[in-house]
Amino acid sequence: MQAVKMVITGPFSAGKTQFIGSISEIDVVSTERRISSNAEQIKESTTVAMDFGRITVGDDLVLYLFGTPGQRRFDFMWDILSQGMLGFVVMVDSTKPETFREAKRVLETFESYAATPYVVAANKQDMEDAWEPEDLRIILRLRSEVKILPCVANDKESVKNVLLELLYSILEELDKAEAA
Amino acid sequence: MALKGNLRDFSTTQLLNLINLARKTGTLTIQHDGDSAQLSFREGKLIYAFMGQDTENHLAQILHDAGKLSEEQARIIQLRAKGTSDKQLGHMLIQRGHITQSDIIQSVRQSVLDTVYRLFTWGEGLFRFDANTLPSPGHITIPIDLESVIMEGSRRLKEWEILQEELPDLDISLRFTDHPDARLRNINLTVEEWRVVSFVNPRNSIHQIARANNLSDFEIRRIVYGMLQAGLVEIVRPAKPQPIPPVPGKSPSAKQETRKEIEQQSPAVKRSVVVRLIDRIRGL
Repeated sequence: MQAVKMVITGPFSAGKTQFIGSISEIDVVSTERRISSNAEQIKESTTVAMDFGRITVGDDLVLYLFGTPGQRRFDFMWDILSQGMLGFVVMVDSTKPETFREAKRVLETFESYAATPYVVAANKQDMEDAWEPEDLRIILRLRSEVKILPCVANDKESVKNVLLELLYSILEELDKAEAA
Repeated sequence: MALKGNLRDFSTTQLLNLINLARKTGTLTIQHDGDSAQLSFREGKLIYAFMGQDTENHLAQILHDAGKLSEEQARIIQLRAKGTSDKQLGHMLIQRGHITQSDIIQSVRQSVLDTVYRLFTWGEGLFRFDANTLPSPGHITIPIDLESVIMEGSRRLKEWEILQEELPDLDISLRFTDHPDARLRNINLTVEEWRVVSFVNPRNSIHQIARANNLSDFEIRRIVYGMLQAGLVEIVRPAKPQPIPPVPGKSPSAKQETRKEIEQQSPAVKRSVVVRLIDRIRGL
């Protein structure tokens, strides 16, 4: 059985768990709220809620989606989760400009871990106060070849689109590598 | 004259009891299966313990293991701090505000305890106690009462025996369960468990996962057993994975080598795989 991994990252409360939950065939296990409860804060540096989903492709291939814990104090987990990933999605809550700076930091950190393709999902595009994806591109200083995609994390079709676009980017990278 | 013998005849528990009751000062060296542990005592109190090649420069690795430094930070510090003792390095890190004194004390204490608890699972091994030999002044030493160490070690020994019975073979692999049940909803994972989760793959044996994450057989058994009980993973019993040649000690290089080895084993992502993923997601 071949297992491949994609990482869904982004600031706290960007919609990562919802994103995975919309498409995973198993229950996604995580509530970031739990982490910040009083009980969890006591051992904040050691316990992190589980957040992963799965899509079975066949008897011999499975795709795992790993969500990263959003809070800064858990960023040591990012390195662990990024190992061996096929690509990653950076989720941004388009209605919360106060999290854009953090989204940029997350993005840069993940870029530094591995030269794997990624896309940015501009979440909550169904909300009135959502910022336009192209405005987010400027704010996040994304290179032109990086896709920024409108997203609604609780809408399966929207999530499918983000994952497909990421896979197309991966395919392009593979083609480029082959051609080189 | 040095106290010498084999753990087969005089166990770790008995040795520590003797050192505690006789309020001994000195260093105990134990060798087992290519591993070497050094424990130092002052007047019957445990003050220092280390597994592997002893130098004066362990602090960066200890702080990394405790989650206080990232792998990259630890690597850079280790490179730059060559020739600097742990005490000097500790002072430097505190002065620069990278870490607090309490962080250092807690991390070193935990590292010492982890080393000692590991010894309780060694059924045999040559030991030698050199009276009045103590670590050089550059080491960070923390006095720890042996009574509680002996009690906790004995408890772990019992746990170890149960775990070994439940998971005798570490050359088997794991995969995420096909039908996770409701219990999975409330799982919270520790950092070590997350590390193990990130390597769960039928191609990686439990042994390899342990080496890649610098976990002892006891630690990996405990983590895997917990995950099995929670219904998160299940055992795969295919043809045995490629055996890894034994790597002595818990050195970072051994960890990195095994990690690289596992990563090399990770499936090369081929175009056909990506195309199949695309087809599957389109069809959802």
